[in-house]
Amino acid sequence: MKRLRSTAAGIAGVFLTAFAAHAQDQDWQTVLDDAKGQTVYFHAWGGEPRINAYIQWAAREVERDYGVRVVHVKASDTANVVSQVLAEKSVGKQTGGAVDLVWINGENFASMKASGLLAAPGWAQTLPNWQYVDIENKPTVAIDFTVPTDGQESPWGMAKLVFMYDSARLETPPSDLNGLLDYAKRNPGRFSYPQPPNFYGTTFLKQALADTVADRDVLSSPVDESRFDETVAPLFTFLDELHPHLWRQGQAFPKNVADMRQLLADSELDIAFSFNPGDASGAIANGELPETVRTFVFDGGTIGNTHFVAIPFNSSNQSGAKVYANFLLSPMAQTRKQEPEIWGDPTVLNVAALPANEKALFDAIDLGPATLSPEDLGPVIPEPHPSWVAALEEAWTARYGAGSE
Amino acid sequence: MVILLAGPVLAGLAGTVLPAFGYLPVLGYTSLSLDPLRSLFAMPGLSKSVLLSFGTGLAASILSMAIVLVFTAGWSETRTFRRLTRFLSPLLSVPHAAAAIGLAFLIAPSGLLVRLFSPWATGWTRPPDLLILNDPAGLAMTFGLVAKEVPFLFLMTLAALNRPHIKEYYKAGASLGYGRMSVFFKVVLPQIYPLIRLPMLAVIAYSTSVVDVALILGPTTPPPLAPRLVAWMNDPDLSKRLMASAGALLQLLVSACALLTYLCLERLAGLWQSARYASGRRRRHDALARQAGLYPMIVIVTVMMLSMALLAVWTAARSWWFPAVLPQKWSLGRMTDAFGMGAPALAATLALAIAAASIATARTLWLLDARSARNAATQGKLNILIFVPLLLPQISFLFGLQMLFLFGGLSGTLLAVLLAQLVFVFPYAFLALSDPWNRLDPRYAKVATSMGASRLKVFWQVRLPLLLRPVLVTFAVAAAVSVGQYLPTLMIGAGRVVTVTTESVALASGGNRQVAALYAMLQLIIPLTFFVLAALVPSLVFRNRAAMRLER
Repeated sequence: MKRLRSTAAGIAGVFLTAFAAHAQDQDWQTVLDDAKGQTVYFHAWGGEPRINAYIQWAAREVERDYGVRVVHVKASDTANVVSQVLAEKSVGKQTGGAVDLVWINGENFASMKASGLLAAPGWAQTLPNWQYVDIENKPTVAIDFTVPTDGQESPWGMAKLVFMYDSARLETPPSDLNGLLDYAKRNPGRFSYPQPPNFYGTTFLKQALADTVADRDVLSSPVDESRFDETVAPLFTFLDELHPHLWRQGQAFPKNVADMRQLLADSELDIAFSFNPGDASGAIANGELPETVRTFVFDGGTIGNTHFVAIPFNSSNQSGAKVYANFLLSPMAQTRKQEPEIWGDPTVLNVAALPANEKALFDAIDLGPATLSPEDLGPVIPEPHPSWVAALEEAWTARYGAGSE
Repeated sequence: MVILLAGPVLAGLAGTVLPAFGYLPVLGYTSLSLDPLRSLFAMPGLSKSVLLSFGTGLAASILSMAIVLVFTAGWSETRTFRRLTRFLSPLLSVPHAAAAIGLAFLIAPSGLLVRLFSPWATGWTRPPDLLILNDPAGLAMTFGLVAKEVPFLFLMTLAALNRPHIKEYYKAGASLGYGRMSVFFKVVLPQIYPLIRLPMLAVIAYSTSVVDVALILGPTTPPPLAPRLVAWMNDPDLSKRLMASAGALLQLLVSACALLTYLCLERLAGLWQSARYASGRRRRHDALARQAGLYPMIVIVTVMMLSMALLAVWTAARSWWFPAVLPQKWSLGRMTDAFGMGAPALAATLALAIAAASIATARTLWLLDARSARNAATQGKLNILIFVPLLLPQISFLFGLQMLFLFGGLSGTLLAVLLAQLVFVFPYAFLALSDPWNRLDPRYAKVATSMGASRLKVFWQVRLPLLLRPVLVTFAVAAAVSVGQYLPTLMIGAGRVVTVTTESVALASGGNRQVAALYAMLQLIIPLTFFVLAALVPSLVFRNRAAMRLER
């Protein structure tokens, strides 16, 4: 009897799962039908021709396969897109918003989420390709700068801070933050970082903070105003020591990460950095960096995170946006994205758990001469809570960005 | 008419003033307060930013004016003058951002000038760590602004000089023993100054609130006020919006102060000069002063030409690293990509430029013709209204304008962008055409009317053909202004209306020089084409009319 009951439960279970899967298929079919003929305005940072080309390619694929037209709106800063959706909400535009999908993460996501500018939670999990996402080993695919994504954004790629150097000029790169400081002292004017609030500059601050702070755990909760000065004191001691030896003595800074890359190529700088481990290889393939450029990470690990795509609340083409987001998650799109000459952006999928054919695609990728293997990339230091971004930027600006009085 | 001209600006200003005092209902701020102003003044380095905006803007404007006037004084009506004129006119079609990018690559420590002399003369195997660009005092930015404003002010001066009897003044002056420069400053300038005054004021308003040039060449520790404003406006922390609006008001004040300072200086210079009109001093030996007036102009023309040439080389350069004087690797792939991917943007830019320029030129003609018919006395007031958009910093009212278009449901359409662009294009068209129109001998129209021609016929068959050249130049100027519009296109177009200018700024944020150069070139093509057409068409149409050829 007992056995019978468990068999019955088992059968029911199988049945239910099959039914649920069937229901999901059907739901997705409705989305596909709905999406046909829609035009999706995808607002994504447009500063990198390689990424733009990749977005174009993906757009062509979904137009051919699903009849969804995707238009890449090249933003110079994702924050502009946030302001735009905000402006629409402020005049009561509930449908037909200008933005259907936005490339986003971190404080921009936190800001949109807090202001109710995003489509209803949970849509990301309904994407068929969600099943391949590596939730276990890559916790940042569901927790964006300590803020739970709640399925309001779908993961697209992984980022990790890596440093670049030209092996023709520099034999052994520093292995930690203090090594970097020593290097800067011995070679004045050959290291710098983009000026915060540039995203990459702030990332460098976060890295330095994580390496100098007494207790790293405080970073995962919102900034405690009363203890902020105390917490960041070691960071600013480090920066005070570093700044006189920076490029241009810290009176001017590279504009952004690409400018920094250009400065490395022109041998103005000895050490630059990127948030994409495959960036250096891609730049070599594109002739933007000399072939002798290599990358390194700190022994104690470097900051890493995930970048996403999100749908604003007032998009009228949400089905089309989901179809595109789902395509971006597909093993085919993700492998192509990881090719260094295409983009070199690491996948969010769990490659080990993929079906054999798809897994073979990933195994076949040649990461390029300057990309560290996943094992050599070292530990990931999680992003601090988004509130640290503004607090660090303000403290930095007050100290170094306002000119000496 | 008044509403048509001032409406957008007033609505825009209202949309800025209210949030500046804490009123932005969408974000839940419904009570008036001074908090935004307080938090604005608590920003670190604000006074420095204000001083930078004021100082670089005013210095660049006055320097540009001085260079133009001294050069014109020393060399007008000479062959050198005509030759340089030919180089300066096309420079007007160079967008500010493109000029700044080219200039940055020319004078940076890893730029071409250093490369030319390294390492063989300087011994530098690596770029020296010199602070040339983005210097805290804003010198590079001032230089960039001067290089771009000189062609504009020069062409305005040239247009003003284009009137009867100028040659006779020089002859009379010379026969009385006056030096060339004395004649200019004592006789010619007082007559033409009223015509170049307004462009000068527009230049001051622009230079004190410039964003793109400041981003590329300006200081960052701290930056001038305008780029900081844009950054606050776009901060993910949405409450910064209020502070940004308060900052926009401050920007308005800064530009107004700069304008007032200039007007005071102008008055002082006028007093100083009027005491000398009848002094009788001839200043016959002005050769040194003339040389001094020539060199800055030659430097500017050379630097701008070199910058453009550099941009052109970059469009085909794949790898071009220090200290190579020429690219190490060439590639045309990006160029074809850019044309392929940039084609829709190019089409939109062209459509907007043609539409905006046609409407602005037609409206200017209509307004001028109506005025001539009426002999209106209200000219002064209307003039001020027309030029208000040029005298106010763009960011101070664009945010409000964006709200207005959103309410109207037009945001993101080509039409909305066209309307927003017209706010800025029309004043320039008016500026370019009103003087040639007023200078046209009224007797032509009188004779035609007395022969029984209708007003319409007089317009189409007499005035328009006589003014073909200035009308075409106006069209080209208007098109160039339309192409150069970045903030209005971005904010009103909601990102859906993509022009080569918005594309180029987005791509410049990535810092790939080849792509940035390509888009700068695309930005240049359209206005340049129109300027070339404006020069070619009249000579074709008038090939059998000797008197209609170029005046000189």
